[in-house]
Amino acid sequence: MKYKDYYAILGLKRDATADDIKAAYRRLARKYHPDVSKEKDAEEKFKEMAEAYETLKDPEKRAAYDQLGNYTPGQEFRPSPDWGDHFARGQGGFDDLDLSSLFAGFARAQKRSGARGADRAMAGSDYEAVVRISLEQAFHGAEIDLELSVLEWGPEGGVRRVPHRVKTRIPRGVTDGEKLRVPGKGGKGVNGGPDGDLYLDVEVTDHPLYRVSGQDLFVDLPLAPWEAILGTSVTLPTPAGAVALKVPAGTRAGQQLRLAGRGMARVGGAAGHLYAMVRIEVPTVVDDAQRALYRKLAETANFNPRAHLEQEASR
Amino acid sequence: MIPAPIDAVCLDANAEVTWKEIVSAAGLPEEELRELVRYGALVPRNPEAPAWTFEARWLVVARTASRIRHDFELDPYGVCVVLGYVERIERLEAEIRALRAKLG
Repeated sequence: MKYKDYYAILGLKRDATADDIKAAYRRLARKYHPDVSKEKDAEEKFKEMAEAYETLKDPEKRAAYDQLGNYTPGQEFRPSPDWGDHFARGQGGFDDLDLSSLFAGFARAQKRSGARGADRAMAGSDYEAVVRISLEQAFHGAEIDLELSVLEWGPEGGVRRVPHRVKTRIPRGVTDGEKLRVPGKGGKGVNGGPDGDLYLDVEVTDHPLYRVSGQDLFVDLPLAPWEAILGTSVTLPTPAGAVALKVPAGTRAGQQLRLAGRGMARVGGAAGHLYAMVRIEVPTVVDDAQRALYRKLAETANFNPRAHLEQEASR
Repeated sequence: MIPAPIDAVCLDANAEVTWKEIVSAAGLPEEELRELVRYGALVPRNPEAPAWTFEARWLVVARTASRIRHDFELDPYGVCVVLGYVERIERLEAEIRALRAKLG
């Protein structure tokens, strides 16, 4: 397994006191806790320091960690057989383990040896995972195959990392940032205890056309100036298929044309709306004949979009 | 045989969970969770009912409360204060997402 320097992660020397360890963790937790921090890689950093703190705050685990020796972070190492005899009660081998799993197993062994009635039923752990889906999958619902890597405890208290495959159906109409629960797909219960649940954080990936806000969808609708003035009918793609949209005469840039009920729809809930956001595009290349027509229009049109500014400027 | 997919359930206002599910998901002592209810950080559908039920979104709040309790080593009242800020951050993030969606 790869060595991690828990002291360095918390910015501590190896002779740090229990108070130093607590203060260092609290200082860093304030900065990097994923529920309150927007620091880059906050979640990864927080996991690392929580793992370090979990081990160093417990005198028994800290002693076991110190006994592992001192290596360069990332260096491959194996705990000595002697270490296993002293600290890894019932751990079995050290294959396929990382340092956090080793100490998770250690904590489990501590609990087992301290707890009366070690054979009592215990619920399985809840797992948490991020599921990234496309907007189309979110709109229509989707079957997803998740491949997780989780810790599993054997009957002897040994711990190992195993693949955990879950096939789940994401309901239609889920939105970015939404939380889902897959019942019974967490860790296995012990001694007849119920299995844990799997919690999913939904991330909807960016779409080249649509933007999502809650149940509503937004799509840009570029119009030529004459289409905006005279009105037109356009074919607009939607995740449920193309629709004809009537653009009324005199449509302005920035106006939202609403297609009711064409947004994200949940099972048993009202559907959101699709908003076509009007942009007026002008041609970048005009030939002489067209330029002449624009000039004629400029001379004859009685339209001043800046009248209010000119009025203010002339005061 | 390929196992059938399990339905993922949206944790929103449409689904309902029991007090037992809240306790199990949070993994906190029941007494501490009752304190969170007393401070208004968890809101049962009918606080007067003999058996509390909740909109499923409170399951997410209960799990966040558990994380904050454990990771920041706070007492239940401290957890409530932080939950208030977390909720405010989430509301502001939703507003930013909505504005970005409109502006493009």
